[in-house]
Amino acid sequence: MPENVFAPWNDPAEKPLIQFKNVTKRFGDFTAVDDLSIDIYEKEFFALLGPSGCGKTTMMRMLAGFEKPTSGTILLDGKDISPIPPNKRSVNMMFQSYALFPHLTVYDNIAFGLKRSDMPKDQIDDRVQKMLKLVQIEKFAKRKPEQISGGQRQRVALARALAKAPKLLLLDEPLSALDKKLRQDTQFELMDIQEKTGTTFVIVTHDQEEAMTVASRVAVMNFGKLIQVDTPTQIYEAPNSTYVADFIGDVNIITGHAVGVNQTETIGSNDTETVSITWAEGQQPIIATTAQPTLTGKVSFVIRPEKLNITAERPSDASNAFQGKVLDIAYLGNLSTYHVEMPDGQIIKAQATNARRRANRAFTWEDEVWLSWTDTAGVVIAE
Amino acid sequence: MRRFTWFNATSLTLGFAFLYIPMIIVIIYSFNDSRLVTVWGGFSTRWYGELLQNEAFLDAAWVTLQVAVLSSLIATVLGTMGAYVLVRGGRFFGRTLFSGMMYAPLVMPEVITGLSLLLLFISIGLDRGLITIVLAHATFAMCYVSVVVSSRLVSFDRSIEEAALDLGCTPFDAFRSVTLPIIAPAVISGWLLALTLSLDDLVIASFVAGPSATTLPIKVFSSVRLGVSPEINALSTILIGLVTIGTITASISTKRAVLRRKREEQMAEQMT
Amino acid sequence: MNWRRISLIAVPYLWLAALFLVPFLIVFKISLSDIALSIPPYTPTLDLSEGWSGLRNMISQLDFENFEFLADDDLYWKSYLSSLQIALISTFFCLLVGFPIAYGMANAPQEWQPTLMLLVILPFWTSFLIRVYSLIGLLSNEGMINQFLMWLGLINEPLTILNTNYAVYIGIVYTYCPFMILPIYATLIKLDGSLLEAAEDLGCSRTEAFWRITVPLSKAGIIAGCFLVFIPALGEFVIPSLLGGSDTLMIGKVLFEEFFSNRDWPVASAVAVILLLILIIPIVMYQRNEQRRIEAEQ
Repeated sequence: MPENVFAPWNDPAEKPLIQFKNVTKRFGDFTAVDDLSIDIYEKEFFALLGPSGCGKTTMMRMLAGFEKPTSGTILLDGKDISPIPPNKRSVNMMFQSYALFPHLTVYDNIAFGLKRSDMPKDQIDDRVQKMLKLVQIEKFAKRKPEQISGGQRQRVALARALAKAPKLLLLDEPLSALDKKLRQDTQFELMDIQEKTGTTFVIVTHDQEEAMTVASRVAVMNFGKLIQVDTPTQIYEAPNSTYVADFIGDVNIITGHAVGVNQTETIGSNDTETVSITWAEGQQPIIATTAQPTLTGKVSFVIRPEKLNITAERPSDASNAFQGKVLDIAYLGNLSTYHVEMPDGQIIKAQATNARRRANRAFTWEDEVWLSWTDTAGVVIAE
Repeated sequence: MRRFTWFNATSLTLGFAFLYIPMIIVIIYSFNDSRLVTVWGGFSTRWYGELLQNEAFLDAAWVTLQVAVLSSLIATVLGTMGAYVLVRGGRFFGRTLFSGMMYAPLVMPEVITGLSLLLLFISIGLDRGLITIVLAHATFAMCYVSVVVSSRLVSFDRSIEEAALDLGCTPFDAFRSVTLPIIAPAVISGWLLALTLSLDDLVIASFVAGPSATTLPIKVFSSVRLGVSPEINALSTILIGLVTIGTITASISTKRAVLRRKREEQMAEQMT
Repeated sequence: MNWRRISLIAVPYLWLAALFLVPFLIVFKISLSDIALSIPPYTPTLDLSEGWSGLRNMISQLDFENFEFLADDDLYWKSYLSSLQIALISTFFCLLVGFPIAYGMANAPQEWQPTLMLLVILPFWTSFLIRVYSLIGLLSNEGMINQFLMWLGLINEPLTILNTNYAVYIGIVYTYCPFMILPIYATLIKLDGSLLEAAEDLGCSRTEAFWRITVPLSKAGIIAGCFLVFIPALGEFVIPSLLGGSDTLMIGKVLFEEFFSNRDWPVASAVAVILLLILIIPIVMYQRNEQRRIEAEQ
């Protein structure tokens, strides 16, 4: 891995900013967070991603101090933070509802935390002005929250949380109240601000696109447990489970039986092994490579629709090629998704970009087509 | 769509006529020159003049006002505390008993509340007078204040308080600088309700008031038992007038605030 | 738990315990005591100087005599029953008057709503006593109604309305009407207008749609309104004593007279205890209905 890439989690000398050590949180019978351990490093933009009720918000509220872990410890800078009340933590939070104080102006909202710190009075104004500038809302400083738009409120909430220069900023679904277009613009701005301030950000979201866009690492959660913690690329291209593969983006999951072919290759530093997967009667097995040695038995073969080629003739050089019939076409503008029915009834999705405008599309319903992919296009996951 | 039918129009007209005609008649007859309350003797404001000369009524009004101001202030403080405890207090020993005691006075017949408080004051040897009426009124009015304040507390976003804690407030500081300003309108309407309840109350005051302190409703009641009198008509007109002015002013000012907020929100949306 | 939280809970808690719970326990205790010619006019009293034995001594002297007396004397039976009857009949008429008003308000044009609301709330803030008083002049033999009817020639001599149970019904309906109108209006205004259109689209006539859609969906409001009228009407004192006649039996009035005129504190306390027992049922039912209403809204 090149030296200039930001990846403190791969450096054993780096000390984590936050450490969850076997943290469990129960509400009555319900276990929100289940024996969870994780390290988060300084300057990271860390995303907690999962469906509602997966425990991501509980983890954030434990960091903020609104909930105490039932067991386990949470360390910030190496110190246990559980006895510290929320108002004494150098952690600030941006709330999902923004939680702006309706009776205070934008300026006073941002100054609120500073007035309760030991910052000298004359420096407070400087700091507030700097924050107003950072999020570009200087014009609205004298307005009340109800006199500005939703996007502007979101900026005020961000500025207010950043004003005290916390070690750690928590963002609880920060963009969920904005419409799609504004949300996408704001995501880049958020990354920009994170880089400028150098603050560690932990974001909670259920929107996978948002997590993939902004985060340096994404933690996929379900039922109070971490399923996979990795960079967005790894999460998408090398999911460790069918759950992660299915949760992030569109995917074909084909179940089958793997047999090792004993053909070991060395690509870079990783040894890979080729396996052949029998998946349907009367079909050629799928040939795929995997980094996991001696993977045999019941497996899932996971492949993204855009990794498949769709052609009228059988391609000569592909490791895997299967014939099927076009069942449905979803035209999405930039690309089209073809639902292709295999002879055994399984449906495999393939995507093709619509590079040319108004070209006669190559395939239509009921056409016989060939789907093909290389042996490294998919991922093999043991069941 | 909803349709406003003739049936609706008729029932509204008749209904509001039923609600308002008795009071309008009282108002009209307060300007009647004749002492006979059923015969119109020409326009006059003499009963207002006589009312202002009536020492007994003025004394009672003064007592009532003192009681109302004192008891409503106590009720507002206690009711707000109680509402906060019920909505935000979490669990504590005897919470069910507490919420029961907060709500029970709302449905308790006034005769029972009055009787029980009187028996308490006698058994601890507290002399009946201004103090006992204040204590009694504060107790039942605090429950009304609590209902008004807690409905506001329930509806407002809890994370606003958490944000204050997150930004360095102690819980007490968060209540003072964030929660209280936000619930202030509800606290004020709770206070107005407590004030009105105290000004109005006859039954409880009849039990706990001693000979040294007579309130206006007690005075009015004993005079009304003897029948209709033009002085009471005049007094009623003054009270109805005050309430009408107060209610209309309050509703106009809230309406204005809502309109202003809507306008400002629209302007803000346009600027982005 | 810090001292601020403890005092926040303790202050209203102790206030209510001292001025609501303890007084009620005293009423209960006195209801089990005997009348005596002393100050206070009942026996036994708790002698705190004797400590535990004093308490035990007091308890041993308590009995249910007063309740037996209430059961034997048919005056009390009759007043409980007649209170129930008056409260029930008045609640029914209140619904009859209140529902059309609430329905009219809900159907009225949007821009009228705040004004109509104001018109219902205004009497609510106006002194209860004055509103009852305003009926006296209207209902008396020389009152407006009789004058008007005689002027129309419908009657030759005045109807006696004041000082009868009819005046009590009218008084309760008149003063408690806003309590009926407001909860019904609140449920009607939330009713989705397209439900009625859907019903008509599926073949209901307008009247049928009203009975099959509007009425069932406003049930929670109707029930709430009925309890809000029934519960206070049952213990009413001012209306029967100002508008009712000497033969109008209502328990609130009986209690008041027993206490002040007869100075029989133990019997007055027993009357109060039984009134409360009767009230517990509708109060619990009302609370359940409210809970359901809140849950339905969420």
